[in-house]
Amino acid sequence: MASGSGFSRRAVLAGLGVGTAGLVAGPLAGRQARAADKAVVGFIYVGTANDYGYNQAHAEGAAAVRKMQGVTVLEQARVPETVAVQNTMDGMINLDGASILFPTSFGYFDPFVLRLAKSKPKVQFLHAGGLWKEGEPLNAHSYFGFISQAVYTAGIVAGHMSKTKKLGFVAAKPIPQVLRNINAFTLGAQSVDPSISTTVVFTGDWFLPVREAEAANSLADQGADVLTCHVDSPKVVMETAEKRGIFCTGYHTNQAVLAPKAYLTGAEWNWTGLYPRLVGDLIAGKTLPNMIRGGFREGFVRNSAYNAIVPEAARKQADGVRAQFMAGNFAVFKGPLKDNKGNTVIGAGTTVDEFDLVLEQMNYLVAGVIGSTS
Amino acid sequence: MRLVRLAEAAAPPLVALLATVAAFALFLLAAGADPLRAYGLIYLGAFGTWFSWQNTLVRAAPLLLTALGMALPAQIGLIVIGAEGGFVAGGVAAIAAGLPLAALGLPAVAVLTGMALAGMATGAALVAACGALRHWRGVNETISSLLIAYISIAVCDQLVEGAMRDPASLNKPSTRSLPDALMLGTIPGTNVHLGLVLGLIFCVLAYVFVFHTTWGFAARVVGANARAGRLVGLPVGRLILIVTALAGAATGLAGMVEVAAVQGAASADLAVGYGYTGILVAFLARQNPLAVIPVAVLMGGLEASGGLLEQRLQLPDATITVLRGLLFIMLLASETLQGRLRLTLRPRAPRAAPEPVRPAHAGGA
Repeated sequence: MASGSGFSRRAVLAGLGVGTAGLVAGPLAGRQARAADKAVVGFIYVGTANDYGYNQAHAEGAAAVRKMQGVTVLEQARVPETVAVQNTMDGMINLDGASILFPTSFGYFDPFVLRLAKSKPKVQFLHAGGLWKEGEPLNAHSYFGFISQAVYTAGIVAGHMSKTKKLGFVAAKPIPQVLRNINAFTLGAQSVDPSISTTVVFTGDWFLPVREAEAANSLADQGADVLTCHVDSPKVVMETAEKRGIFCTGYHTNQAVLAPKAYLTGAEWNWTGLYPRLVGDLIAGKTLPNMIRGGFREGFVRNSAYNAIVPEAARKQADGVRAQFMAGNFAVFKGPLKDNKGNTVIGAGTTVDEFDLVLEQMNYLVAGVIGSTS
Repeated sequence: MRLVRLAEAAAPPLVALLATVAAFALFLLAAGADPLRAYGLIYLGAFGTWFSWQNTLVRAAPLLLTALGMALPAQIGLIVIGAEGGFVAGGVAAIAAGLPLAALGLPAVAVLTGMALAGMATGAALVAACGALRHWRGVNETISSLLIAYISIAVCDQLVEGAMRDPASLNKPSTRSLPDALMLGTIPGTNVHLGLVLGLIFCVLAYVFVFHTTWGFAARVVGANARAGRLVGLPVGRLILIVTALAGAATGLAGMVEVAAVQGAASADLAVGYGYTGILVAFLARQNPLAVIPVAVLMGGLEASGGLLEQRLQLPDATITVLRGLLFIMLLASETLQGRLRLTLRPRAPRAAPEPVRPAHAGGA
């Protein structure tokens, strides 16, 4: 670095600018411009907002809120589940006057949202995950969608398209929400052909693109001809399916552009529908429940548009089941249901309602799933 | 004269800092943002208000300790980059000790002390193992510390999601939580937890140890030339063990603070990169334990202000990562200026011509 002095002169000028701009422009730039707003709404994501997955689904919801009249939207991505999220939320409140916050990652809730909700009673916290319990702050809310319903209908399409009768599922961790989706996907496919099996690979974490690609390839090698996944970014699983010439169904949001030939349909969050509704209710002065949950019927989830190659029979069956979900007279989990070790997990004649908290404790894989929860 | 020397030692990192400011301004222009406004926002987000200061200090707190995980071994000539492993293992050990102590009904001070000791002992054992491997088996400590970090993080994940998992933590596997009453509190009148104070104390003690004790002097002699150290009869092996153990204790304590003051429980979320950011802090501080303090605050400030760039200028979320990357590159480049920048006219040390290529070195200030 021979030009050290040249660097420093230019840099000193810039450095001086930092101080003055900070003192003069900084504090003025923020709140004043937003005095006329009805609400400042902050969205916080754990990963990047264009991950074709979990975070993008939330960011699409944020974009829908941004279109609302008089609402300012703040976004911050890649905020880890540490004190960083507490500070980020606090910053949005303190520096930008946010009154509604959407901390969208599961691990943000306890202790960070709870802690801040106690000290900021006027701010409404809407957390994605469905975790609120009696006794926790009333300005903290937690919402979640029964996406397993949309996974079930995607499973129906997969069941129609599979020739090998083998499906593949790339999953992050064997936790209840993931097991519920693996089971729903398998049950959906088995409603077409009871002989269908699903092989599951757990990668161990939410975002491991290399391991996800390996898992997808290994599933394809084992003969699976429709893949799906429950990881934060389904990108590589979809791309691998396209490259291997097999099919896939998406998750979180629409990944059709990544795999135009392979992408049959997908299970999506309908945050674009839900978020403007929640924000609108809060602006109108309504009190939201602390636990906000729903499926197709409540407009929390949806399916991606079918690929042109999906045959009429598959569409008809999936659409029919979806209509029954909308009407509220279809349950994914009903007896008699056995797990893949032969134990009866739901007795004959029993139908488990989607809202039943027993489903939040799911610790089994249904018969026909090849894999283990531990 | 001493002041001049100090200024000369501090000059290369300052030059690097200013060059980074200039290069990042170009990046901002290319991204279509106004650099002055962006720097104004960074200032606002990091230091512009009392809230910003607290935000910055909370983020700086773990970095004070993880940076020592690299800065201390550097004194004795070792490049140890495994602070992340000590951090995670320290956190898990702390909760493993804290839960049974809490169950005994001990007062908060006793529980927290036990947790701190467990965290520090675990971190110390891990990093000292790298030092021992280096001294007695000739294993490169940079590689071994990184690999030991990977292994200990994997083992800790297995523990918190397996043997130590709270059965009630369904969708986010983690250990049972420390009761709120036993958590490490905040500095009165602020949101900043006491881990910041522990970090500051540890940095000052490390500085005193390195520059004002016989042991520290001996360690620096070994760092400058291990053979010469051995020749004058210094216990090189023991020195390496002590210094690496102290470094590991600092990282383990950082993990304990993360569990006891922030998370309340241990989960896979302990490994979010504080250990790796600590490497950057230590380099920028030129491995000086005292200089770690302002640098950690600066780094905490950058992290605290990243959100404003995203929210107000619609810059991508990786913007602050770009700034950090630029800073690191400029810093490595500026190492070549070391010893060449002179602020006064004094006779230069005679040197052989042609001048040999000087490798960028990481050792002592």
